[in-house]
Amino acid sequence: MKSVSWLRFAFAALAVSLAVSARAEDAPQTCEVPAYLLTTESPLPKVAEAVKNGRTLDILVVGSRSSTIVSASDGNAYPARLQASLKDKLPAVTVNISVELQPKKTAEEIAGNLVKLVEGKRPNLVIWQTGTVDAMRSIDPDEFRQAVNDGVATLQNAGADVILMNLQYSPRTETLISVPPYVDNMRVVAQQRDIPLFDRFAIMRQWNEQGDFDLFNPTHGIELAKQVHDCLGRALSKFIIDAAHLGPAQQN
Amino acid sequence: MTSIADRLAGPSVPGATAAPAPAAETAACAAAPASTASPKITFPAVGERELRLDLFRGLALWLIFIDHLPPNILTWFTIRNYGFSDATEIFIFISGYTAAFVYGRAMQDAGFIVATARILRRVWQIYVAHVFLFTIFLAEISYVATSFENPLYTEEMGIMDFLKQPDVTIVQALILRFRPVNMDVLPLYIVLMLFLPLILWLMRWRPDVTLGLSVILYAVTWELDLYLSAYPNGFWAFNPFAWQLLFVFGAWCALGGAQRMSRILNSPITLGICVAYLVAAFFVTLTWYIPQLGHLMPRQIEQWMYPIDKTDLDVLRFAHFLALAALTVHYLPKDWPLLKSRWLRPLIVCGQHSLEIFCLGVFLAFAGHFVLAEVSGGAMMHAMISLCGILAMWGVASLISWYKREADKGAARKGARSNADLAGGG
Repeated sequence: MKSVSWLRFAFAALAVSLAVSARAEDAPQTCEVPAYLLTTESPLPKVAEAVKNGRTLDILVVGSRSSTIVSASDGNAYPARLQASLKDKLPAVTVNISVELQPKKTAEEIAGNLVKLVEGKRPNLVIWQTGTVDAMRSIDPDEFRQAVNDGVATLQNAGADVILMNLQYSPRTETLISVPPYVDNMRVVAQQRDIPLFDRFAIMRQWNEQGDFDLFNPTHGIELAKQVHDCLGRALSKFIIDAAHLGPAQQN
Repeated sequence: MTSIADRLAGPSVPGATAAPAPAAETAACAAAPASTASPKITFPAVGERELRLDLFRGLALWLIFIDHLPPNILTWFTIRNYGFSDATEIFIFISGYTAAFVYGRAMQDAGFIVATARILRRVWQIYVAHVFLFTIFLAEISYVATSFENPLYTEEMGIMDFLKQPDVTIVQALILRFRPVNMDVLPLYIVLMLFLPLILWLMRWRPDVTLGLSVILYAVTWELDLYLSAYPNGFWAFNPFAWQLLFVFGAWCALGGAQRMSRILNSPITLGICVAYLVAAFFVTLTWYIPQLGHLMPRQIEQWMYPIDKTDLDVLRFAHFLALAALTVHYLPKDWPLLKSRWLRPLIVCGQHSLEIFCLGVFLAFAGHFVLAEVSGGAMMHAMISLCGILAMWGVASLISWYKREADKGAARKGARSNADLAGGG
């Protein structure tokens, strides 16, 4: 008797939850990010200075393949979306963005290469997206942390502000890739070197939970990827403006 | 598969009218056995089960299941959000405790060889369970690999490359070197159980020396960076060289250590330190979720503390578990009336069949991922899946209990010796 009523309860609850989730899909995609995920106490002095003095901002994105969308134009990936959004919000500032893709390279391999990457470009800000390759190869988290730390130090010595960007939230591969150690270690480096960390993992997870995006979706289509990258670019622009304390003065 | 850790009774020290309720300890069991081989360690006759062990092991199983699912509302109830340690510590400690208890008694009654044989049989069962889970995992992953092609995750899907070499992958899984993310606990458990005969043998000689050796191995692991490598690269996510400390400590407590520690454990100073440590740990975890608080943390403490390493069982995690355990046994007496109430029954019954329920939990976590992927769904669906999984664990555990009771009745009627070798601290 008891088990039957439980079963009935389970079915009813399942039906309710399906209805709720169906409604969530109908809602417009706002991809809002809670304020705490875009708040950082670490400043971006070089960015603030560049905007104030020169009214130009040179940004370099160093990343792996998740910094682009395969089979879509670069204009749809988050670096270009970031540029568009920054231009929108800071019309008086010239924003230049270049991207250095380093697919299939671990943080250690990239860290050794960073000097060369920034040499010619002299960016004010480097956004370093990393961790995915290391997580997939199960690199020792201690070594990973050391490599990220060295890389950030290199960039800072070269006179650039640094933002670390962590892994994507990828629910389908959750049982295969152990993400937490890498996310944690990136947070440690960011804290120790006092630089902002753009928590892409938490933000995307938030979107999935709020129902903005269904990241479990097995779709072959490109639309979802484009929208997610657009939202990432916008969130990132907010994050940068906030961290560099670019007030209304620079915004017009 | 047989059941685990049946007929648990507390170790009793002959003649001791010990202080009430010492740590993780199970004092005051009636009737010490007639034959006491060692003056220090004795194993009581079959008596009342220690329900607190079952309760917390059941709780650990539920929490491990929830932590294996994508985060949802229920995730906020898991202890890893409130401190350093998590359910794995509870599980391994209680496993060490019950294993030492059951097989320690076997070793005393039937000798080293027989007890070792029984332990090895147990290891085999766990190994088979692991391989069974791996098969299910492989089926799920192969499905995902062939059906999922979201351009957003081109990079992450590269992890499926191992499917191109099924021969290597399967052999590596059989020798425990290839382990998917949520399947790390059983291989650790297999290795720990393999060494249980040695641990018990040493414990019967000198428990404190054995614990000391375990601490030394732990320290050496940290000093020399010992580890077991995994396939295709990386290392075991739970380093057995480090995690053995918790297992051996559980065994040590079971074999009278808890009894001897009871004075220290019940002193107000110890309790005060435990509370202070737990509060401090809670504050530190808060800074992970509310980054604004991060700047209240002194930089030097941060540098000394981070990272809190799960692979090698960080000392901070171990201490956190100790503090939790000390407070629990102090404030939750062995004869707590709620232990017999039906409200805690679901947890206790799950804890009493831990291997089966653990495997079921891993399977349900895979299934949950699968349902989420196929049906999609928001937060409600996530929470529902967690809840249904827990109900399933409870249902299956009740079924096993029922079956075992019936089987025991049958055996008793035939006059056969009751399921002595069902015991399997586990």
